[in-house]
Amino acid sequence: MFADLDWGPLWLTAELAAITTLILFLLGVPLAGWIAHSRSRFKPLVETLVSMPLVLPPSVLGFYLLLTLSPNNTFGAWLAQTFNLRLVFTFEGLVVGSVLYSLPFMVQPVQAALTNLPPSLREASYTLGKSRLATFWRVELPSVRPALLVGTVMAFAHTVGEFGVVLMIGGNIPDQTRVASIAIYNEVEIHNYSGANAYSMVLVAFCFVIVFVLNWLNRRHKVVLR
Amino acid sequence: MIRFDLTLSRTGRNGGDGFQLAMAGDIADGEFLTLFGASGVGKSTLLRLFAGLEKPSGGTLVVDGDTWCDAERGVHKPPQQRSVGFVFQDYALFPAMSVRDNIGYAAGRGESAWVGELLELTRLSGLADRKPHELSGGQQQRVALARALARRPRLLLLDEPLSALDLSLRLTLQQELQALHQRFGLTTVLVSHDLSEVFRLSHRVMVCEQGRIVRHGHPREVFIGQAPSRDRLSLSGELLAKRRSDVVWILTLLVGQDIVEVIATDEEADALEPGARLAISTRAFSPLLMPAGTG
Repeated sequence: MFADLDWGPLWLTAELAAITTLILFLLGVPLAGWIAHSRSRFKPLVETLVSMPLVLPPSVLGFYLLLTLSPNNTFGAWLAQTFNLRLVFTFEGLVVGSVLYSLPFMVQPVQAALTNLPPSLREASYTLGKSRLATFWRVELPSVRPALLVGTVMAFAHTVGEFGVVLMIGGNIPDQTRVASIAIYNEVEIHNYSGANAYSMVLVAFCFVIVFVLNWLNRRHKVVLR
Repeated sequence: MIRFDLTLSRTGRNGGDGFQLAMAGDIADGEFLTLFGASGVGKSTLLRLFAGLEKPSGGTLVVDGDTWCDAERGVHKPPQQRSVGFVFQDYALFPAMSVRDNIGYAAGRGESAWVGELLELTRLSGLADRKPHELSGGQQQRVALARALARRPRLLLLDEPLSALDLSLRLTLQQELQALHQRFGLTTVLVSHDLSEVFRLSHRVMVCEQGRIVRHGHPREVFIGQAPSRDRLSLSGELLAKRRSDVVWILTLLVGQDIVEVIATDEEADALEPGARLAISTRAFSPLLMPAGTG
């Protein structure tokens, strides 16, 4: 079953998930910090927007991304002219879609953990002469390490599992946008159930390991962090 | 010398009464001052105002001629620019750092000798590589104290640092606190609602009630109503119960952690109800003195 399997979609999935997770880490952690500590009146708005992908059908997000990023529209045309960047039916487009779609999975655990830290930790650091940035970097982030790990793993796993957004803005181009979930759909379309089964089994095994490790991490850190 | 005259008003939520604080006074260099009072009277808030963790509605705070806060002129130095050491009630130790790193983070780079000295002073050298959650309450408290001292602050602020500890540990740590205070001569403000702690540690006490300082002075003056004198034994305690026995009353008092019974007349007993605070004063002439047993 695995002998004549095209591993391309699986590698592409791994690559997409890795890049997406890296970007999400760099983007999501500061965003989580801002949401956790901000008293801005825009905070509820930002919080809502970040959480939207949790409830929105992926096809809706994908559809609007397709419209926005299309070179036929202003923003897409501007991207194409200024940066020579085409985001529709390309790998780069998948990355943009995945980052938006998996954003809450990175932001929410980190934000929750930061909010739950006792305020005295930050205050203690301030009275020791440390700036807000130094406090965030050296006191707060190390204190929420388990949440950072959970966020990273969840963002990665969620990107591996996405389908709707990818299909809408990526289509089904081999070695470009055909990730594992699309490949399964493709195999079923051409009645190659054995191929679909092979991809599916890899994903099932992967997801099982991820969830198992997450549960193990949660149990371990609950004891340590209280 | 620290001079403060600070006000803070907070409106209550859901139509509550809110909170008004107006406290003024001064603290001499090297003094050990205690803010005493029930919870919710503003002791901790005053400490937070000193540290810059709260912003006052009005007033000034001047430390050694340096204005830390002047509401009218819009001066409010952030905590980072005030030279304070703050020991929080929950200690606020950084959970991901070892004991040494907690203190080192505060001391800054190139201060490892000083960090070593602090570890030595607070008897933490053997625990330097442990994480805070691996320590007992008393050990955590000592880390918090060492960390607060690490920046060599001008003002040490202690927010009920011993309240979570059991009695014997509290006594040990009170002695250590006293020793550290003598060694560094740091101006220290302690928040406490433990009378024995006030007597043991402080040069002066400010009694806070409902956001105001209602009395201040030497603990003995404030709580017993007379200046320290040589020929009298003065104690302060709380009335636990009173009962009649023949022609007199027997009062059961809590003095420090000891239960004491004394005899009172009708008039004295009538004026007192359980829960009342009272001063007991007796002639100190020729008392029976003997070493305390361990049993």
